[in-house]
Amino acid sequence: MEYIDRIQNVTVLGAAGKMGSGILLLMALEMADQKLKPENKEKPFVLNAMDVTSGALPGLMKYIRAQVLKAAEKKVVALRKIYADRKDLIENAEIIDEYIEDVMSIIRPGTRIEVAYESTLVFEAVSENAALKAKLFSQIDQNNTLKPWYFTNTSSVPIEGLNEKAGIEGRVLGFHFYNPPAVQKLVELITIKENPVGMREFAVDLAKNLRKIIVPSNDIAGFVGNGHFMRDALYSIQKAEALSTEMPIYEAVYAVNKVSQDFLMRPMGIFQLIDYVGVDVVRFIMNVMNPYMKNEDLHSDMLDKLFDLGVKGGQFADGSQKDGILKYEKGRPVAVYSLERKDYVAFASFAGKIDEWLGEMPKEVMPWKNIIKLADRDAAAKEAFAQLKNMKTKGAELALAHARRSREIGEQLVNTGVAASAQDVNTVLATGFFHAYGPVNDFVN
Amino acid sequence: MKPRIKIYMIAGYNTISMGTGRKEFNPKRERPGLEHYLKEAGQGTLQQIGGAGNVDEGVVGNFMAARFNKQGHLGAFMAMIDPELRYKPSLRVEGACASGGLALVSGIKSVLSESADVVLAIGVEVQNTVKAIYGADILAYAGWFNKRKDGHAYFFPGQFSDRAGAYFSKYGREKTRLGMARWYRNAIENARLCPTAQEYSNSTADLDAQGLTEPTPKSFTDNLNVFDCSKVSDGASAIAIVSEEGLKRAGVPLKDAVEVVAVGHATDDITADPEDRTVMSTIREAVKIALKDAGITVDQLATIETHDCFSIAGLITLESIGLAEPGKGAEFILEGHTSRTGKIPINTTGGLIGWGHPTGATGVHQAVTVWEQLTGRAGNAQINIPTDKPYALSINMGGDDRTVVAIVYKKL
Repeated sequence: MEYIDRIQNVTVLGAAGKMGSGILLLMALEMADQKLKPENKEKPFVLNAMDVTSGALPGLMKYIRAQVLKAAEKKVVALRKIYADRKDLIENAEIIDEYIEDVMSIIRPGTRIEVAYESTLVFEAVSENAALKAKLFSQIDQNNTLKPWYFTNTSSVPIEGLNEKAGIEGRVLGFHFYNPPAVQKLVELITIKENPVGMREFAVDLAKNLRKIIVPSNDIAGFVGNGHFMRDALYSIQKAEALSTEMPIYEAVYAVNKVSQDFLMRPMGIFQLIDYVGVDVVRFIMNVMNPYMKNEDLHSDMLDKLFDLGVKGGQFADGSQKDGILKYEKGRPVAVYSLERKDYVAFASFAGKIDEWLGEMPKEVMPWKNIIKLADRDAAAKEAFAQLKNMKTKGAELALAHARRSREIGEQLVNTGVAASAQDVNTVLATGFFHAYGPVNDFVN
Repeated sequence: MKPRIKIYMIAGYNTISMGTGRKEFNPKRERPGLEHYLKEAGQGTLQQIGGAGNVDEGVVGNFMAARFNKQGHLGAFMAMIDPELRYKPSLRVEGACASGGLALVSGIKSVLSESADVVLAIGVEVQNTVKAIYGADILAYAGWFNKRKDGHAYFFPGQFSDRAGAYFSKYGREKTRLGMARWYRNAIENARLCPTAQEYSNSTADLDAQGLTEPTPKSFTDNLNVFDCSKVSDGASAIAIVSEEGLKRAGVPLKDAVEVVAVGHATDDITADPEDRTVMSTIREAVKIALKDAGITVDQLATIETHDCFSIAGLITLESIGLAEPGKGAEFILEGHTSRTGKIPINTTGGLIGWGHPTGATGVHQAVTVWEQLTGRAGNAQINIPTDKPYALSINMGGDDRTVVAIVYKKL
């Protein structure tokens, strides 16, 4: 089956979710762009947007329409050429409207899984529940004579296990987008040895057409991205707990968060990142990964307690940040949750004291938004760490320890065969987490 | 056209040119509309001429309010500016980006016809109501609509990219691009001296390097980058056009006025392509008429305000009006002749690229800038006006060299 035949009937499972809606958008644009090629104009294209939450589908379609509009506005130079033979479409506005209609006409929203019975490609973006994923694949496969290929967006569940449980003859691979899929460039590709001939090549071609950067990962729970993030998060929680002998733990959380953002020059602090992903999601992913870990316990009592108290983070429907470990005002953290007080404690009441305790930052340590604009970010990071090494402050000490742990995690991912190379680990952190420099480097020694 | 009676311009006023680059501009917030700009500019001039009671007629230059703002009938906004303008004659004129120039021509003709001694001329455009990609559709009305289908998404950048491409083929790309980048640098450096300029707060360190940014044909045009282009602007400018009688009535001394010495107004066939894209033939003809009727040569000009909607337009204009030999425009710029300290300072407050290009206002803005320079009101942007060169020229263009208004002014 050729590439174009494979994507003529596609289903996205969990299409109204955060990841599913992004995948739906990307596939809608790709399928429309293929359909608009002269050689494909007579071919039917169908993209099923399947989600059990019926009430979410109107909002999903509205979201997709708004995003297609943005995409069309950006590529109107190309669209004018695509619609060059349509004499009735003259102005940019007319061409953009037509493109939106062409994209939207491909999408069929629905709540029933039966729509996937005629698909040749199924994207899965339901919750991180291995049993549910396997059940869906199995049900579709028993009713679909076309032997569809299954692309799962799982960020943590091993693919081999899914294949075995679902009984789908190796027709599944991990195609893990980062959030939000429409923006993030990274896709982790997890293949298994049972994959049929051409499946990996198709995945690579599709990623290229979606303008994504592929990093291969071996089929080990958590893969590269969460393999690093979960361990980095756990290290940070443990570091804060260790510091709680010297200060209240909410102050320690603030300190570790500040060090991980400001001293390590990352786009956000580690506890803010946990909130962004969701305390519940991070905890869930750790729980999924943990059974597969040897000599490691990927588990945090603190996350359990926060979860039980309903402190979950995540985002509102409009993309704004919900309160989690940190409290947010206009998207910026302003307070930290105290498990003892069961309430938030304003940064303003203690931040000055902790900032002083951490000590000054050398001028070479710059805000992430500055370093990310530099051509040679490694050189800038090297200079910053050289300065930190010369300092005796708590902040410098914590920053170096954190950076070294981050590197150790990266090396562990390579040594245990999760990632093919240190470069792949660095690419995942740079493109999936927007880090300015890779964790596996020679300047945090 | 050489006026057969004395015609003066007085009491110029420019609003801010609002748009990206201005610190106060936020595309997500509600912004002032046409009414605000008309009122500010109109009142700015009225205050300098003893009030609206001294005005006989009004004229508004505007290109596309009907689409940018869903508003026509702009002549009837005059009485909103000042109640004393109620029941006085007023009209709106349109000639694409030369609408402001046409407002000046209309005012001059009213004074010449002796139907008015004082004409309030205002140019206005508010374009940030739509995204640039839709604004391009609206601005494309300045071309022949039959060619819109085959035109570029960004229609006029596409037209002038084609001019740049033709120029590169004929005279070479490298030096031309250097010249275009220097044009950009001059524009921004001049704009930094003028508080109403859109690029007043531009703090880019290496403007030459920015001007040399490689074009991106996939998302924009083949031969122009965004710095080669004037921005999307909201703004208005106003000036009073008066006879000797009008000057007395307004109570403005002669030293605070500039004399309109000659006008060159030329148009070409909008349905025809340029015969040679490396020449601006309508600009050439309009300027030739204006200089001839003024009885001067281009070497007697102290300054020029020219229509650099694109850097390549500025460069080709230098050649088309005889300042540089064909193919030598880039050299002329690179040698510093057009800078504010050069032998013919051009666009001393930034021109369309640096000050801004609220399309229908631009022609009037140019006149106001000339008036400021010749009467010593240009503030930090003031250039030296040599006593043996008391003349200035403005060149306002509509479409791709289709309608041109060239005016020669004299310091008094």
